[in-house]
Amino acid sequence: MDDIKKGISRRSVLAGIAGGSAVAMAGIAGFPGIVRAQEKSLKIGAYGGYFKDSFDKHIFPEFTKATGISVESIAQPTGEAWLVQLEQAARAGQAPADVSMISQVSMLRGSAASIWAKLDPAKMPNIENVMPSFINKYDDGSVCGVGAVTWYITLVSNSDVITQAPSSWEELWKPDRAGQLGLLALVTNSFLLDVTAKTYFGGQEILDTEEGIMKVMDKLAELKDNVQLWYRDEAQFEQALKSGEIPMGQYYHDVAGLAAADGYPVRSTFPKEGGINDSGSWAVSKASEKLDLAHVFIDFMSQPEIQTLLSRKVGTSPTVARAKTSLTDAEFASVSSEIEPIIPRYDMYQQRADWLSQKWTELIVS
Amino acid sequence: MKIKPRTFSDYATIGFPAGMLMVFFVIPFGIMIAVSFFQRVQGAFYEPAFVFDNYARFLTSFFGGILGFSIGLAALVAVVSVLLAFPFTYILTRMTRRTQVVWLVFLLSVLSLSEVLIGFGWSTLLSRTAGISNLLVALGVLDKPMSLSPSFGAVMTGMVYQTFPYTVLVLFPALSRLDPSLVEVARTLGSGPVRSFLNVVVPALRNSIVSTLIMVFVFALGCYLLPQLLGKPSHWTLSVLITDQAIYQSNMPFAAAMAVFLVLVSLSLVAISLLYGKKENAA
Repeated sequence: MDDIKKGISRRSVLAGIAGGSAVAMAGIAGFPGIVRAQEKSLKIGAYGGYFKDSFDKHIFPEFTKATGISVESIAQPTGEAWLVQLEQAARAGQAPADVSMISQVSMLRGSAASIWAKLDPAKMPNIENVMPSFINKYDDGSVCGVGAVTWYITLVSNSDVITQAPSSWEELWKPDRAGQLGLLALVTNSFLLDVTAKTYFGGQEILDTEEGIMKVMDKLAELKDNVQLWYRDEAQFEQALKSGEIPMGQYYHDVAGLAAADGYPVRSTFPKEGGINDSGSWAVSKASEKLDLAHVFIDFMSQPEIQTLLSRKVGTSPTVARAKTSLTDAEFASVSSEIEPIIPRYDMYQQRADWLSQKWTELIVS
Repeated sequence: MKIKPRTFSDYATIGFPAGMLMVFFVIPFGIMIAVSFFQRVQGAFYEPAFVFDNYARFLTSFFGGILGFSIGLAALVAVVSVLLAFPFTYILTRMTRRTQVVWLVFLLSVLSLSEVLIGFGWSTLLSRTAGISNLLVALGVLDKPMSLSPSFGAVMTGMVYQTFPYTVLVLFPALSRLDPSLVEVARTLGSGPVRSFLNVVVPALRNSIVSTLIMVFVFALGCYLLPQLLGKPSHWTLSVLITDQAIYQSNMPFAAAMAVFLVLVSLSLVAISLLYGKKENAA
């Protein structure tokens, strides 16, 4: 066995074992060294593309350096697509990733189906730093997710085509924006109901009832003629925004900032009604056999220094109070805003899921 | 002379394909039908049950309209593809072997492109900033570049581009087997090339044309990325909504019910056209 270890890299041994069968597991029981190596690796899901690349480059190596646990990062699709895969795999007793970054709507759906492992706060002293609103809990109060990062969806525009920076979400409704907008295509990831409620109905309380939601949808229907593209895939809009083909819309503040840093004429504006603040939580699949290592990882990621590093390198906003981070004013402003954010009504998206998706589809398709 | 299979071993040769069909088609399809009767748990996933809710939700004028659009779109794509591919393939079969091989390899490579590539490719080609309208401006046809996507035309273009090579490959064997003397006779009797093509070649291959139409129709019906990438929401097909339900709403039972419905509709359309073809042959 030692010869084999010399011959091939540690990583490929891990990969082989991770993909191996129960026979292999039984076989290695007599080799404690290998068992330790196997225990010391973690499969972590992060959104594929720029996001995962930044994690691979700046974050995961720090974690391995500090803890000796190697990371196999898995490119996961955004939003609920990953949830469905995790859920289907868990039914078969598989975990495509031990720890995943999960958006809030998906966290709630996963909780309702009990696919998350319960986490022990005692094993993660650093989660004390995380703001309480970013801790996800089951109904019985046990922790199932810990805030990983938060991000903003803002009003973005191509500065070559639209010279004056917009200041309000009302811009989306203006008649001279006809055929110029790119908006997210799903009710659960565009959060346009929240935006419309805050912009035109004085707050999100109107979303308490079905009648209220229908009023908001009617208002939203008025901007349909302005929309050139309803996108599901970020790449679809990013390209059009950079080239000015579709010069305005809603998009992720962090990725827009990166495009601007690369020299594209893209600007991201926090409207006066607030940017949409969504967040991702670390959650562990029930099917994972590495809950202990997952605790170590989540604990590590909850340190204020790591949250600071994430803001600097990935462009996300921290889940710990700003005072605990060492971010300068300029750094903080680049990932967040003093304007009170629009926090989506996750409870509504959860409780009225099917009704909402039906009405939403009718709204944009008809 | 036809030799009928008699013994078990005569059937054994189809054992492997039959097994593959069973494992990769029949069983998954069976699972899908089962899931379509499961109980949706709102805000979570689903649990095993036997309910008709998922089908009931589908039977509305809203989904009826979408189903109608999807079928109409697939049919139109099939017709346009065959209209373009039939004369093309006919001319191709009259060319030298070498030219044929070059064309077929080219078409196969187009066929190997993924839907994603085709979708993004056409959306760039049809864009205002980088697309072919700029070329038309340079030629003086247009005053200023315009955006041609997303639109119904863009969806049609993308889908016909995707189905065209497939259509040619399906038509190719039949057209290359066509007895050239049929056309020669027509020409000798005074028919021009176009007239002999329309009056002799097309009727002689009526059955191939119908079966190609059906195959392209079914192929196009399953398309879900191109309508999404190149169309406005009103051009989204039922397949797009199935994807939304399955992947984004995690509503597998409803997605399965829609998919079963789509399969049933396309199977019955195929059956109708086959029956019609049979009658016509008998007459």
